[in-house]
Amino acid sequence: MPGQVDALTVSVWRGAAAGRYVDYQVPHRTSQTVLDIVTYIQRRLDPTLSYRFSCRVGVCGSCAMTVNGVPRWTCRTHVDRVAKDRKLEIGPLRNLPVIKDLATDMRAFFDKWARAKGQFQPPATPAADFARVDPASAARREADAAIECIGCAVCYSACDVVAWNPDYLGPAALNRAWSLVNDVRDAGGAERLAAVSGDAGCHSCHSHQACAERCPKQLNPTAAIAGLKRATLKAALTGAL
Amino acid sequence: MSARAQTYLWFAQRLSGAVLALCVAVHLATIILAVQGGLSAAEILGRTRGSTAWAAFYAAFVLAVAVHAPIGLRAILREWTLWRGRGLDAAVALVGVGLALLGWRAVGAVVG
Ligand code: SF4
Ligand code: SF4
Ligand code: FES
Repeated sequence: MPGQVDALTVSVWRGAAAGRYVDYQVPHRTSQTVLDIVTYIQRRLDPTLSYRFSCRVGVCGSCAMTVNGVPRWTCRTHVDRVAKDRKLEIGPLRNLPVIKDLATDMRAFFDKWARAKGQFQPPATPAADFARVDPASAARREADAAIECIGCAVCYSACDVVAWNPDYLGPAALNRAWSLVNDVRDAGGAERLAAVSGDAGCHSCHSHQACAERCPKQLNPTAAIAGLKRATLKAALTGAL
Repeated sequence: MSARAQTYLWFAQRLSGAVLALCVAVHLATIILAVQGGLSAAEILGRTRGSTAWAAFYAAFVLAVAVHAPIGLRAILREWTLWRGRGLDAAVALVGVGLALLGWRAVGAVVG
């Protein structure tokens, strides 16, 4: 096979919540991604393997899986970087129910974006003119830092607090809320801060940065959550919360 | 618990944590310096008896513990058990009150 270097032993999770890892032998090629491996297995070895992907270039956020114990975007993860002794273990993302094999049910993850009021809230009376946002302003920079999220749930899967407290909104939803808190055009302020407060929200975050460590887009949800903590305190002290 | 109450709870833990960091540092430094010349009950009481400064310091230390520990305990119990709601909040508040009373009693005993 062109570009083949050697063979890999790949253990892939098969089944739903109850299931097991099944080994496949896959040719290892240069510049191969983990998604290439999964695709190879599905096309050549076992067409019943279920998994999810779309763009293959790190934009859509649909291909995340647990690779050798670490949540990753598989389309941009090179096998050479993660394989140990020519072995790979590929499982579904943690903290989400498994539908089948590598496909998880992401509803809880996205429902939490809605619960964190992650949608833009226009003011009751439409703005008369375009908002002029200075790109150098502090708020715009904070929003910039949080805005590139692709919704892959890698951070959500890496977060222990989600594992311990299933109600916890999680890093991605809170990160999204923070980008809107810093959007000067948004009118959802106090309501959003109330939604992201407390035991299910930003105050339960342990700031241990697993989310920031794993985010493939190098976002820092921990910093966003720290920002939310400060913003909620300010709102509480001024009576807005 | 309201969003506001939970925000204050978080802030109280942060603030008491900062106070504790300072208190623990002073407390440890004092221990290390004090044992240089040998350690005896008489020597400790000689330093603390009638000292308003030590009384104030340890009273504040106890208060910080009594605020910090129950909030952390509440978080741990919520993460590791299924205990939630009013019962849990009341139980950890009681722990806080207990810590404060026992701690201040001890402070009273060494400065009084
Ligand atoms: S920093 Fe907070 S959100 Fe991020 S992984 Fe830790 S607990 Fe989860
Ligand atoms: S914050 Fe990063 S890891 Fe989390 S969903 Fe967005 S892109 Fe993925
Ligand atoms: S397939 Fe779209 S991000 Fe990986």
